[in-house]
Amino acid sequence: MTTTIAPSRTAQNPLTAGQLPPWAPWGLLGVSLLIGAAIAGLIAGASGSDFSVVIVGLVGFVLYLVSVTVVSQLIEGGRKAADRLVTGLVVGAFLLALIPLISLIVTVVVNGAARFDLQFFTWTMRNIVGEGGGVLHAIVGTVLVTLWAAIISVPVGIFTAIYLVEYGRGALAKAITFFVDVMTGIPSIVAGLFAYALFALFAGEGVRSGLGGAVALSLLMIPTVVRSTEEMLKLVPNDLREASLALGVPKWLTIAKVVLPTALAGIVTGVTLAIARVIGETAPLLIIAGFTTNMNYNVFDGRMMTLPVFAYNQYISPGVQEQAYFDRAWSAALVLILIVMILNIGARVIAHFFAPKSGR
Amino acid sequence: MKFTKLGRVAVVAAAGALLLSSCAANEPAGESDAPAGTDETTAPEGSSFSGDLAGAGASSMGAAQEAWIAGFQTANPDVDITYDPAGSGAGREQFIAGGVSFAGSDAYLKDEELAGSFGACVADTLPVDLPVYISPIAVIFNVEGVESLNMDAATIAQIFSGQITKWNDPAIADQNPDATLPDANITAVHRSDDSGTTENFTEYLAATAESDWSEGVFETWPASYGGEGAQGTSGVVDAVTNGTNTIGYADASRAGGLGTVALQVGEEYVPFTAAAAAAAVDASPRVEGRHEGDIAVDLDRTTTEAGVYPLVLISYAIACTDYTDDAQAELVKGYLSYIASAEGQEAGAANAGNAPISDSLRDEILAVVDTIQ
Amino acid sequence: MTTAAPAAPRAAVTNRPADIVFKAVSTTAGVLILIALGGVALFLVVQAVPAIIGPIPEEEGANFWAWVWPLTFGTLWSALLAMVMAVPLAVAIALFITHYAPRKLAQFLGYLIDLLAAIPSVIYGLWGIAVLAPFFQPGYIWLAQNLGWLPLFSPPASGTGRTILTASIVLAVMVLPIITALCREIFLQTPRLNEEAALALGATRWEMIKMAVLPHGRSGIIASSILGLGRALGETMAVAMVLASSGVVSFVLIGSQNPSTIAANIALRFPEAHGITVNMLIGSGLVLFAITLLVNALSRWIIAKTTVDGGR
Repeated sequence: MTTTIAPSRTAQNPLTAGQLPPWAPWGLLGVSLLIGAAIAGLIAGASGSDFSVVIVGLVGFVLYLVSVTVVSQLIEGGRKAADRLVTGLVVGAFLLALIPLISLIVTVVVNGAARFDLQFFTWTMRNIVGEGGGVLHAIVGTVLVTLWAAIISVPVGIFTAIYLVEYGRGALAKAITFFVDVMTGIPSIVAGLFAYALFALFAGEGVRSGLGGAVALSLLMIPTVVRSTEEMLKLVPNDLREASLALGVPKWLTIAKVVLPTALAGIVTGVTLAIARVIGETAPLLIIAGFTTNMNYNVFDGRMMTLPVFAYNQYISPGVQEQAYFDRAWSAALVLILIVMILNIGARVIAHFFAPKSGR
Repeated sequence: MKFTKLGRVAVVAAAGALLLSSCAANEPAGESDAPAGTDETTAPEGSSFSGDLAGAGASSMGAAQEAWIAGFQTANPDVDITYDPAGSGAGREQFIAGGVSFAGSDAYLKDEELAGSFGACVADTLPVDLPVYISPIAVIFNVEGVESLNMDAATIAQIFSGQITKWNDPAIADQNPDATLPDANITAVHRSDDSGTTENFTEYLAATAESDWSEGVFETWPASYGGEGAQGTSGVVDAVTNGTNTIGYADASRAGGLGTVALQVGEEYVPFTAAAAAAAVDASPRVEGRHEGDIAVDLDRTTTEAGVYPLVLISYAIACTDYTDDAQAELVKGYLSYIASAEGQEAGAANAGNAPISDSLRDEILAVVDTIQ
Repeated sequence: MTTAAPAAPRAAVTNRPADIVFKAVSTTAGVLILIALGGVALFLVVQAVPAIIGPIPEEEGANFWAWVWPLTFGTLWSALLAMVMAVPLAVAIALFITHYAPRKLAQFLGYLIDLLAAIPSVIYGLWGIAVLAPFFQPGYIWLAQNLGWLPLFSPPASGTGRTILTASIVLAVMVLPIITALCREIFLQTPRLNEEAALALGATRWEMIKMAVLPHGRSGIIASSILGLGRALGETMAVAMVLASSGVVSFVLIGSQNPSTIAANIALRFPEAHGITVNMLIGSGLVLFAITLLVNALSRWIIAKTTVDGGR
């Protein structure tokens, strides 16, 4: 039992089994990538096409997975090998997912930088032909419409989740859970059509308003808010509730003071996610919030421009100086992302201050 | 806790909105600090207008409307005009329902639509179609080393219906002896959304290459014709530009650096130009049996006249002849007069790259606009 | 599922007015959702009926169901492809962020991925057209040449790369942040003690995840996948922009002709629609609604069948 020098093939005790030195996986990765590069070079040479980084990555990754598993199997045993394989897969999956994400962000930032100037934030598109102009009206529109959507859907969503987790039992709760899931499947354009039909009932044909957009968006937001809040509330340990109730705290106070704060970080993430989900919606806003080049602060009346609609419109019907239009479209997208970023930071700060301190 | 949090979010958002709303630098909050350079135009009738005017419809004339609205609003700072480029069908529907005061449409009002009632018009009066936007449709392609091609309608029909599949097909090569065409598959790109551009394109092919174009005139591309769909003019242009050995059709103003096809008209091959497109409209008769004042053009696609490019799209402004709201009538009248005026057409063409209407058509339109009340 | 059951006994004390109000408010919120959804369903049905029972224009198809079938197929097929790509990736990313990455880096990465949910679908569409499709197009040609005997890759390959595979990749990227963000929160909530107990017993990191994290997060993973699926099924603009759609029913991943999806088709055709076409389009929306209903019922059934731990 004292011989730890020789790698044992059938190590029974992990403490005495052989261990790969920390540099070994990196070494294997390097070798795999080199082989991948060699193969890519050969293919490029043979077919006359460009040297393909994709092939390097693919071949290198597969080779690494195979080699690290085999080596680890030989030296460390099966359990460790499985662990290393999964680590490789997880990290690989992550890197793979990062590629489109980074490509997307780089595309938006690079293209969006073209019109990221002062005029862009202080002007509207009123009387702008060709170059120039700004998106102040669309920024205001997006903020107001989204704010109203949140005002409608966050309380409804959170209270529904509370009902489902804390009170709901029986057929009603089952129905709500089920139909909230169904609600996620409302195509955004149908939400817009519905909101239009609803508002046309009261305000007559051809109605356009920011509030209508907010109603359409809240239809899309509510399921996300409910589902994420519900999951977070479910994860609050029962011990906490029982301890609070045992101390004689009323149930509603237990929920408000113990359950919700405990789940706050998760709820905030869920709400932020829901906002992020709808703030970029185009189709429903095209139908109900409309299109204008002018400023409108009133969500209750009149057409209201929003950033996604603006970006879409600039792309779909550009004039002769099309580059100016495309630049505005990308910059509008960049602004939208920045707005969500600010929202996100704000939400995190709030969650940080209000969430109970815990070990994690 | 939650309420405090919500409160804070609301406060932060409201503060942000207030901060943002400290007035747009280019809008006339009280007085005119309009952007420089666009305010030399004057109102066509000298009088000043005020009020809100809403229109909706064809996206094809979206860029032109932008220029027209800017021109008219600059001359009349108290006017707010919006034009929602939602699509011809949506525009006509909203106009019929009375949601907007004027519509833009790639097709004139259909007989069954005229049989109904119109929300903004006085009962029993009919709206009119005014052809204010003319634009050539270009057949664009992306083949390395080839900048222009000559084709007759039959060849184009066979390409887009999937009968010709190779670029070096004799049908193409015979008409273009000087071009080096690759032995590659043709990817024909069409509009995947319903559009007036497709309707006009297929109308042209159905009229000039009947035997090769069995499906007739349509807005929705039939699956049997194959090819690749792309959304909107921008989508088609992107698909043709980013793809290889592609061909498509799009508003000529967006042809950019792509290769374009000269159409066979009579014995000649005519490349698209604004003048040739306007000439096609002038050479065409009016649709028969329309009501008074209506100017619906029956485009003559089979023309053999020299210097005419028959693959054009006409977009109409649709307006009531008698509005229930007199203030709207004044605004529409002023705005449409500006659109049809020489300076309006020039401003539109400068931004949208379309073909300005001819003087004779202008006189005809202005005479109708004058009767709006 | 429900947790507060043990609270019930100890009568008398708990029956306060505030409690009743709070419960009533919560219940009302839930009922409100049902009403809203009922409104949407009613709207869809009323608008769809003329198209479903009446004749539709000849060039569209024999009847409503013949017309809507290819769209239904395309919707399911593209969503399936997207979920096959997105769910494993999202779970892996969430695991990476919660259990593999260094803490500071993990926070930053989580933040980055949250942001991606905010990118408007229009931009995903633009990116799909401008970056993704041209990037994959040579790969599609290669697939058609070398794996063309597989029905999935039967030639000819698309000349522009805007195939259903590209559209599904765009969809996968779009739903990734939604699934990832929720999975991340759920994995973070795994009881520390369970994790440490597993590690103390000598489990490797993977064994710990397998024994403690995944079982704990199971319902959450499925729930977040359903949220993602909802978006994939209903996504409108991005698909409309990226996909070279036509009315075919085909499993080919790389061809020029791809089945369209219901939502994208509505967006493409609604602007020019009038008369019965509007009813047809809204009718297809109703079909999508029904599909979501079925998919959800199915996934609930699966959860119910496979969930064994009675711990919660």
